[in-house]
Amino acid sequence: MTDAPPPPAATRTGMGAALRQDSALQHATGAARFTDDLPEPPGTLHAALALSPVAHGRLAPLDLAPARAVPGVVAVLGPAEVPGRNDISPSGKALEKLFAEGLVEHWGQPLALVVAATRDAALAGAAALRPEIAPLPPILSIEAALETGALLMPPQVIERGGWQAALEAAPLQLAGEFRCGGQEHFYLEGQITLAVPGEDGDITLHASTQHPTEVQHIASRVLGCDYNRVTVQCRRMGGGFGGKESNASWIAAAAALAARATGRPVKLRLSRKADMAATGKRHPFLFRWRAGCDAEGRLLALDATLAADGGHSLDLSAGVIFRAVTHALNAYDVPALRVTGLACKTNTVSNTAFRGFGGPQGALLMEDVLFSMARATGRPVDELRERNFAGGPNGAETPYGQKLEGELIRRVWAEARQGADWERRRAAAEAFNAAHPTLRRGLGGFALAFGISFGIMAMNQAGALVHVYTDGSIRLNHGGTEMGQGLFIKIAQVVAEVFGVEVERIRITATSTAEVPNTAPTAASTGSDLNGWAAHQAAGAIRARMAGIAATAWGVPEEEVIFADGHVSAGNHRMRFGELAQLCWAQRVSLSATGFYRTPDIHWDPVAMRGHPFFYFSYGAALAEVLVDTLTGEYRVLRADLVQDCGRSLNPAIDRGQIEGAFLQGQGWLTCEELWWDADGRLRTLGPSTYKIPGSREMPAEFNLRLLADAPARANTIFRSKAVGEPPLLLATCVWNALRDAVGGARLDLPATPERVLAALRAGGA
Amino acid sequence: MAGMSSRIALTLNGQPRTLPADTPPGMTLLDWLRGPAPRGAGLTGTKEGCAEGDCGACTVVIEAADGARTPVNACLALLGQMHGRALRTVEGLVAADGAPHPVQRAMAENDATQCGFCTPGIVMSAWAHSRCGGAAHEALAGNLCRCTGYRPILGVFAALEDDGAPAAPAPALEGGSEFAVPGQVFHAPATLEAALTLRAAHPEAWLLAGGTDLGLRVSEHRERPARILSLGAVPELAETRLAPGLLTVGAALPYARLLDLLARAPEMAPLAAHLRRLGSRQIRGLGTLGGNLGTASPIGDTLPPLLALGVRVVLGSARAGERVLDLAEFITGYRQTALAADEIILRVEIPRPPEGAVFACEKLSKRHDQDISAVAAGFLLRLEGGVVAEARLAFGGMAATVARAPRAEAALAGQPVTEEAFARAAQALAEDFAPLSDWRAGAEYRLHSAQGLLRRLHWRIARPDLALEVQA
Ligand SMILES: Cc1cc2nc3c(=O)[nH]c(=O)nc-3n(C[C@H](O)[C@H](O)[C@H](O)COP(=O)(O)OP(=O)(O)OC[C@H]3O[C@@H](n4cnc5c(N)ncnc54)[C@H](O)[C@@H]3O)c2cc1C
Ligand code: FES
Ligand code: FES
Repeated sequence: MTDAPPPPAATRTGMGAALRQDSALQHATGAARFTDDLPEPPGTLHAALALSPVAHGRLAPLDLAPARAVPGVVAVLGPAEVPGRNDISPSGKALEKLFAEGLVEHWGQPLALVVAATRDAALAGAAALRPEIAPLPPILSIEAALETGALLMPPQVIERGGWQAALEAAPLQLAGEFRCGGQEHFYLEGQITLAVPGEDGDITLHASTQHPTEVQHIASRVLGCDYNRVTVQCRRMGGGFGGKESNASWIAAAAALAARATGRPVKLRLSRKADMAATGKRHPFLFRWRAGCDAEGRLLALDATLAADGGHSLDLSAGVIFRAVTHALNAYDVPALRVTGLACKTNTVSNTAFRGFGGPQGALLMEDVLFSMARATGRPVDELRERNFAGGPNGAETPYGQKLEGELIRRVWAEARQGADWERRRAAAEAFNAAHPTLRRGLGGFALAFGISFGIMAMNQAGALVHVYTDGSIRLNHGGTEMGQGLFIKIAQVVAEVFGVEVERIRITATSTAEVPNTAPTAASTGSDLNGWAAHQAAGAIRARMAGIAATAWGVPEEEVIFADGHVSAGNHRMRFGELAQLCWAQRVSLSATGFYRTPDIHWDPVAMRGHPFFYFSYGAALAEVLVDTLTGEYRVLRADLVQDCGRSLNPAIDRGQIEGAFLQGQGWLTCEELWWDADGRLRTLGPSTYKIPGSREMPAEFNLRLLADAPARANTIFRSKAVGEPPLLLATCVWNALRDAVGGARLDLPATPERVLAALRAGGA
Repeated sequence: MAGMSSRIALTLNGQPRTLPADTPPGMTLLDWLRGPAPRGAGLTGTKEGCAEGDCGACTVVIEAADGARTPVNACLALLGQMHGRALRTVEGLVAADGAPHPVQRAMAENDATQCGFCTPGIVMSAWAHSRCGGAAHEALAGNLCRCTGYRPILGVFAALEDDGAPAAPAPALEGGSEFAVPGQVFHAPATLEAALTLRAAHPEAWLLAGGTDLGLRVSEHRERPARILSLGAVPELAETRLAPGLLTVGAALPYARLLDLLARAPEMAPLAAHLRRLGSRQIRGLGTLGGNLGTASPIGDTLPPLLALGVRVVLGSARAGERVLDLAEFITGYRQTALAADEIILRVEIPRPPEGAVFACEKLSKRHDQDISAVAAGFLLRLEGGVVAEARLAFGGMAATVARAPRAEAALAGQPVTEEAFARAAQALAEDFAPLSDWRAGAEYRLHSAQGLLRRLHWRIARPDLALEVQA
């Protein structure tokens, strides 16, 4: 591994430049093509899923005839029609079926796929099927799963110190229970794949996916063919947020199956309702904890259980639980503790990756503890927050053995408070509350330490492919996918920096398993960390060769050759970058290279639950003020002040967009976004008419954001930047805390809808 | 019939188009726009994000001759409804030389797009907003963005400038129209008489006003009705009259135009504010009072205020002419009305609140904008010398139909405006209603928050100086 490059020279388009998303203008003119906008090849068929109308039951072999009888239907495919394995498990550690066989385990579970000349005919065919299901009692809550011991995997437990003795010896003993809800991704573009068969068993999948390699693997498994027969491409997604990780894979596999069965191109585009019924969501959690502290509110011991609703199958729950338990202390220190993470099995759709991946849930725990402690000690929450920050006088080591940077935690917190004028506003809020008969203001803070790297160590690798053409134009490909987060422009900036050219010289191309193989998903905030380095390696290799040619031509040492401003120079020698490319070609030097990167210095022992799983931590702090109507529970976020650590930002415009968007998405999860299942296990909030993501008015009326200045990453990250995709989502926790402040500190389960806020107010909080 | 058009004619991005005779008039505008040519327009810039009118990714704009721009949801509008209209899509904002429109540039240059899937719809809402003005949150209520957090989008909306472009001319309409393909007929009569005759002849036809309720059956449920009777071209149904004491509103007048009328009746301001929370600009561009009455949902937002005001609903048929019902008589049960099979709602007569009366409208939902009510309410109080002479308290979301609260009303009658009096009325509400629980709200919340609304009514009267709502 080379050392981190020096701080970039200020070029117009290189590192640190606030360039816009690479397709921004094409988005705005409607010219950017999403998968459903690609011209359909002649003869394209359309597919629709038949979904289980029952949450749990014995399924008789499905009679496919009624669907086949619908005019326009070309094929109906169930488990018996799968040539390979009817298994879409992303981890490979559990059998997870593409089409239910014998047993249905959640409402909305795929039973079969109907392929027809038109989408309407396919939908009509799917609706014509009459599955025979003998109902079994469903498990629909975490509590019910805990009672029956229905777990998807063994508990993950992190322990430190003599927590039991410390708990018993603590002067003050507290206990609590609360829950948070799940969250629908609600990517604006629903799940979709266009599968196009080629010759001799080849197939190309145009999939809206964060994980082309996994699509390739799952489709190959279902088709029963070698990976090399399946090419997966994705130019852009209309949002992903984790929802197009494992869920995109099975949808693409179903489309591939249909194309294989019919020999024709097949498009499978889920309607919003089918998407929300059949694809996984953020895990809801139930938290139960006991804690001990001293009279000043210094925590001494903690025993907490974080029970997640994993849904009916394993999917990615192991990783979600890992992140929940490793983030359960967040930025705080507790000397003695036990944290137990459970993945409960219920008869709901299998929950999956969602921005933050268990981290946002885990980090709720300490907030509840702090509020309880505030009530018990009569001290302000924020004083207790500061008293218990990791580092400083407290321990800096996480219970799994990795060090937090206590001074950064204190710095982001202090900067947020200062920028927000916190003390004055608290006094103003108290005065307002004393004077107003019905409205009440509440203030809440939050500080964050979020670990960056995939929990599965092998995933921390990436590849890139760079070509330089003889006119000096450059083609860039890498394993990361673009879902709006600005990854493509960031990586192009890295390459532009290496070659000293303007970013316009670099052609960004669709992610493809045919160009860069065996990739990790674009997830866990690692997209630019991993792919940035890989692209840097590839570009660096070419540049070294080019520098060699220039050095020979000019008779100067290689180290003196400089790539800048679209030119290559050494002393008085100077030529255009394209001229040098032409010269390299004439001298028969390769202008193409692959790059590869693996994150150094990370390891994890899953048995001891100890190690150094994160390359580094990203820090942040946020403060929010809310206004609550005590008569109706309605509320509004008046103001939020955020400070986020991005290291040395690769692109402050993109980072800002990620932070603001993540914050509002987090706020949605904690406030208005409510998934509601009925007593039969049917999800009844199945579209935007009933499932409410934040609208523009939900944005904090005053929304202030600062990127932490002068804080280059200490780890050897690409240009000393830090990941920013997920951490700021957790900052929205300050909104929960502000609401809780307004309701007098009472228990306030999540999402904190007006209904729950009113109930908390009535419960005597205030 | 003479002068009857049989092919759909519209202007798309400035180009007049007459659609092939075999184009299904009951398909959604969105399916037609996105469909490959020649059967569709082959324009994929307009997106489908939900097919239920809530996300706005499908937003296109109707250009009116007077220059007004009405954003609508292409996923809900039926193609036949677009006959005679001038439409603009995101592609149509790009200049002939390929130069993006300033709105498109502004969206790109201000980082107001991330994944870009919401962007075309937001561009169209912005383009309409640049002409029509109003509050930015209102203009954006019908557009969801999951990526940006809205800050840069609101920035673009705050700095919009009208491009001054004249409206593209819509095809001239002469008389009514009838579009027929195998299995589907779409009637768009141009006179009330023709509409009533058709209604009598085809009681099974879908009676279509804005289509913001009915359109869902096509867009989401993929139904293909055999016959549609559209009211959009009947001038009598869009007439309005503002007389002293009475406001008369044609049943098929879109909310957007009703709001223009209400702006001239200051005592109706609470109703106007209430309507601005009904759906979104896109929904209000098409949706009508007649449709809200026709659906007769217990959570129809206009119904509680109309019930409190004591409106009369005028029905018409070819058989019996007109009849007039009180709203309370018109609504007969859960989503049921007194409308006969051959009748059409013609207009609504709204008594204007007298001077000195207290009129308030309330809506509670999980999200402030573009959400269906958990509880809605309309309150009309007549005060005499500081005492409540009459209270009309109407609620939605509390029972199978929108209904008044007789015990709470009685508790207030004759009482002075005190906290205690309203607290007693709130208590009485528990005897008036036993609401249900569903995904919008639990029974407890419905009752407790409705009680809260009565308490809020007290503060509205007692402390008119105070801001009592969390929204600015
Ligand atoms: C995204 C979205 C948001 C919405 N938000 C709200 C909201 O906030 N509050 C709310 O109350 N509603 C809301 N609605 C529902 C709908 O917009 C309203 O009910 C609207 O008033 C319906 O009017 P329309 O003209 O579109 O009705 P249509 O869909 O055309 O018709 C609805 C029904 O009324 C009948 N009908 C229409 N006109 C007449 C007439 N003149 N005579 C007899 N029958 C007639 C039709 O036959 C049909 O049964 C929303 C809908 C959507 C899709
Ligand atoms: S597609 Fe969502 S509103 Fe039309
Ligand atoms: S930019 Fe992705 S939904 Fe708005």
